[in-house]
Amino acid sequence: MGLEQFKNRNVGTQNYKMLDLGQSPETGMGKFKQVLDRTFKGELLVGLWVTMREMINALFKGQMHTVKYPFEKLPISPRYRAIHDMLRLLESGHYRCIGCGLCEKICISNCITMDTRYDENQRKEVSEYTINFGRCIFCGYCAEVCPELAIVHGPRYETASEQRASFSLFEDMLTPIDKLNLQQEYDGFGAVSPNADENIKKTPLAY
Amino acid sequence: METTLVQNLPEVTAAGVIIKAILILAVIAAIAGFGTFIERKVLAFMQRRLGPMHVGPYGLLQLVADGIKLFTKEDIVPQNANSLIFKIAPSITAATAFIALAAVPVFPDFTIPEWVPLLGGVFVPSIAADLNIGILFVLGMMAAGLYGPLLAGMAQANKWGIIGAARTAIQFLSYEVVTGLSILAPIMLVGSLSFVDFNNAQAGGISHWLIWQQPVAFVLFLIAGFAETNRTPFDLLEHEAEVVSGYATEYSGMRWGMFFIGEYANMITISIIAAVVFLGGYSEVGIGWLTIILKVGFFFFLMLWVRAAWPHVRPDQLMWLCWKVLMPIAVINIVITGIVMMV
Ligand code: SF4
Ligand code: SF4
Repeated sequence: MGLEQFKNRNVGTQNYKMLDLGQSPETGMGKFKQVLDRTFKGELLVGLWVTMREMINALFKGQMHTVKYPFEKLPISPRYRAIHDMLRLLESGHYRCIGCGLCEKICISNCITMDTRYDENQRKEVSEYTINFGRCIFCGYCAEVCPELAIVHGPRYETASEQRASFSLFEDMLTPIDKLNLQQEYDGFGAVSPNADENIKKTPLAY
Repeated sequence: METTLVQNLPEVTAAGVIIKAILILAVIAAIAGFGTFIERKVLAFMQRRLGPMHVGPYGLLQLVADGIKLFTKEDIVPQNANSLIFKIAPSITAATAFIALAAVPVFPDFTIPEWVPLLGGVFVPSIAADLNIGILFVLGMMAAGLYGPLLAGMAQANKWGIIGAARTAIQFLSYEVVTGLSILAPIMLVGSLSFVDFNNAQAGGISHWLIWQQPVAFVLFLIAGFAETNRTPFDLLEHEAEVVSGYATEYSGMRWGMFFIGEYANMITISIIAAVVFLGGYSEVGIGWLTIILKVGFFFFLMLWVRAAWPHVRPDQLMWLCWKVLMPIAVINIVITGIVMMV
């Protein structure tokens, strides 16, 4: 698409569909005729029928729209960016985070604080990891940048709290070890796309 | 047989009338309150919502919650308001609505069975006060009820209230003519102003109902009745989108509640009048009490149904409609009825 459409300032003259509203009657007799027409056209009854139909649909055909919110919740899109979750490896149950620090680095509101150290096997472990949700803007960069799909956005969108800044600790966000089999793989921001296999090409090695 | 006070009295007695008046007051007030619940439910269903659900089963006790709220709310009389008139106005609406019900027949005549203690064997007429000018009395009372909104709007020192009061006046002037004229044709046919005579004249099945002889008068009366009870499409007095809340802008708590109860009592009155005058009332033998409930229920539902479906008209459209369309039709209807009766 070119830019012509945007450069055309005569917005009033293009692509408008005029409704055929007819002429407004001028004379008293004409107005009276219009009233008679509209009265006996049955449009009022059509309106009555529409509301009655909706009532029947709602009551007897299960088309009630109401979601009793605190008790029922609508499903949210997998791309929704709510409070973070830290995922675990399914096989070993160990947390996925490798302590690379990319999320801390990319966080544009500087709300991730983390520290790492060597454990007794000389492997890196996360000794401290908090997100200050008073500052987080839920941009999703941390989930996108994470190489391990360790930090992801979960579905918990009710974030009302008694304190403006409420911190979330690593343990709070980590999948509980006994709920490991319920852990959902995240397919939102930063996740591998479903057709990733098709998009992979062999890297040419010979130059 | 031991004689009790009640058995010694003639059939229509002061005691009986007082008992009945209290009963009607209690029952209609309860039904009017319940009507608000029905209205919210029906409107909700028509918009595919659930309506009140959380207080009591299916939200049935919502009424109680609303009552508690209304009773405990602070009663505010605004500065600069004429406080006497401001305080009296809601009672005018509520009182006239209930006074009008005195002359409206509610049930067929019946005799209380002998086994009922104290009152057994007493004959109960269908109406608290069988006036021979019942229709005039009821219409007059309902018209007098319009003083409620009118005075309330003018007394409260609020511009929305003033507009609401002005609209009350024009609405009153417009539809009252149509109400009277539209019901005149059935009155000519029956030859009486008493509701009981109307009911008796239509005894003998659906084919005797006056609606078949007077369909035009029926439609006109319904339209005027909607205007009389301030229901959509004629709810100009308190249309939120235009005049905040019209005459009720400054009211809160129980005073506002009295306006509300009055409006719903009026809806019931209009429904009963329409049922008795045009749909044969309670004249079916044996099941009259059931049919009148169904008929009144139908009209009540119709008012809610219309509210869900139709937009409302402007004040000038209302005046135009009443004076230039409905009134001539009503007059023509009367003339034709007269000619047919003479021939
Ligand atoms: S969502 Fe954005 S702001 Fe929040 S922690 Fe992640 S990177 Fe920081
Ligand atoms: S980007 Fe992922 S793996 Fe790296 S520190 Fe953050 S959560 Fe851990």
